[in-house]
Amino acid sequence: MKISLGRWLLPVYSALALLFLMVPIAYTFVFSFNDSLKSNITWRGFTFDKWLNVCAVQNGAVCEAFGNSLVIGSVATVLATVMGTMIAIAIVRYRFRFRSATSLLLFLPMATPEVVLGAGLAAQFLSLGVAKDMTTIILAHTMFCISFVVVTVKARVASLDPALEEAGRDLYGSSTQVFLRVTLPLLVPGILAAALLSFALSFDDFIITNFNSGAVTTFPKYIYISAARGIPAEANVIASAVFIFALVVVVTAQVSSAARAKRLAREG
Amino acid sequence: MAFAAFSSTTAQADPAPRRRSRVALLLLLPGILYLVLFFLTPLVSLLITSFQAPAEFGDIGQYTYAFNWQNYVDVVTDYWPHIVRSFVFALAATVLALLFSYPLAYFIGVTARRWPLLQSLMLVLVIAPFFISFLLRTLAWKQLLSDESFVVTSLKAVSLLAPDAHLTGTPIAVIFGLTYNFIPFMTLPLYTTLERLDLRYLEAASDLYAHPFEVFRKVTIPLSMPGIVAGTLLTFIPAAGDYVNASRDFLGGPDSQMIGNVIEANFLVLLNYPAAAALSIILMSVILVIVGIYVKRAGTEELL
Repeated sequence: MKISLGRWLLPVYSALALLFLMVPIAYTFVFSFNDSLKSNITWRGFTFDKWLNVCAVQNGAVCEAFGNSLVIGSVATVLATVMGTMIAIAIVRYRFRFRSATSLLLFLPMATPEVVLGAGLAAQFLSLGVAKDMTTIILAHTMFCISFVVVTVKARVASLDPALEEAGRDLYGSSTQVFLRVTLPLLVPGILAAALLSFALSFDDFIITNFNSGAVTTFPKYIYISAARGIPAEANVIASAVFIFALVVVVTAQVSSAARAKRLAREG
Repeated sequence: MAFAAFSSTTAQADPAPRRRSRVALLLLLPGILYLVLFFLTPLVSLLITSFQAPAEFGDIGQYTYAFNWQNYVDVVTDYWPHIVRSFVFALAATVLALLFSYPLAYFIGVTARRWPLLQSLMLVLVIAPFFISFLLRTLAWKQLLSDESFVVTSLKAVSLLAPDAHLTGTPIAVIFGLTYNFIPFMTLPLYTTLERLDLRYLEAASDLYAHPFEVFRKVTIPLSMPGIVAGTLLTFIPAAGDYVNASRDFLGGPDSQMIGNVIEANFLVLLNYPAAAALSIILMSVILVIVGIYVKRAGTEELL
């Protein structure tokens, strides 16, 4: 009896723990179907209306904020992924002076609380007299995404088999050709993962955005501002849709990489 | 995980020693320059701002360059409860997240090893909260812990909560929110180390007649130390600087405001930039000192 209890304790706990993590997600999803008026606090009945007319509320303020977040996330992701991937390749493949200083510079943004990063940039923009708008948000997001890109891509570069590049050189590929046709394609999964991480970080960032956004509203900022007077169910709709989309992307990636591993194992 | 990733490449055999350092420079330059301009110099501006004094005939929000030490004295006397509270809340949330995450990470990383599909599915569920807005998650808890909610009414029914007590707006709710929001940051690094845990060490300890509890305390925990260090740092640092959970529109109340709330209020509402900057510098310095001591004590050199 005692043994079987011990054997079940951990799986049951883990299942309950994961269930607990899902609670606010389920709540947000369920309340996206609430036939609510201005605020979305009490349950007033089921409706598909909010899903069908997402942009109808407040002259489309929710959708505008969402669109801003998409633009900012995309631009910041491209900038951070390019610069971060270049750094990752340099760190793994080359020797250079100031190596530990470089590592420290890459590590510090991840160890600094967001409120300090946000206030610091805002203080700099203030003293330079730069007006805060979409550009300043993008500059801020790119900054905190770079380190995460470096960490993600670096792992991939380090695990590359140097024999593949040697084979390319043995076949008289120039260093540019080897890089473009051997190295880069092999790095794509790592770069893609880094880009997804950057986009997710940028899309959900509130604290740094709040300090550097001026009058521009992003999706998280919209929620923060509306929290006092009530958040329309349309915000839940957008968040739920993003959630489902991200879940599908991640599960598809998992399944396809599992399938590829299986195929590779079979082909030996 | 993130911290360990910066380690040990120097120890590896160099595939291209001292080769074409000009290429390395070109690869590094844009990103490093970017971080210098938008990470390092802002910290310097913050430091300069923290010493500024109000302009003599200026409006609210106008300051001149000065060396006004008094700013630091002022913010510490005005806001010492917020500063202390931030670190206490962050510590509590870190300990709770560790206690919550360790068994879960152990199950995913060790017990579920035989079923890779279950393993990856559970990992997706651990990171699933990241896919939905951090602020909406926190607001969902605000509703779920409100006075009319099932949680509060049942706690009152079994007398665990006084009839006139609330959950939202209290330090308990803020610590709860911080814990919930940073659990994935704790679970993932723990999982990464536990997944690589060599079970033969545990078997060896049992073979030597160690009690399961002793095996856990003397073998499993020390071997998972890198994950514990990375997880606690990834939880503690953002938790100490967070101001969403403690915000009055979210889970906080007047007695649960943290340093982040005061920095936000001073910078964006009161336009008292020097005070906000001084508080930020204090927050950053305390965190760097704590991280430094902690990493030294925990004996892992993997941080850099």
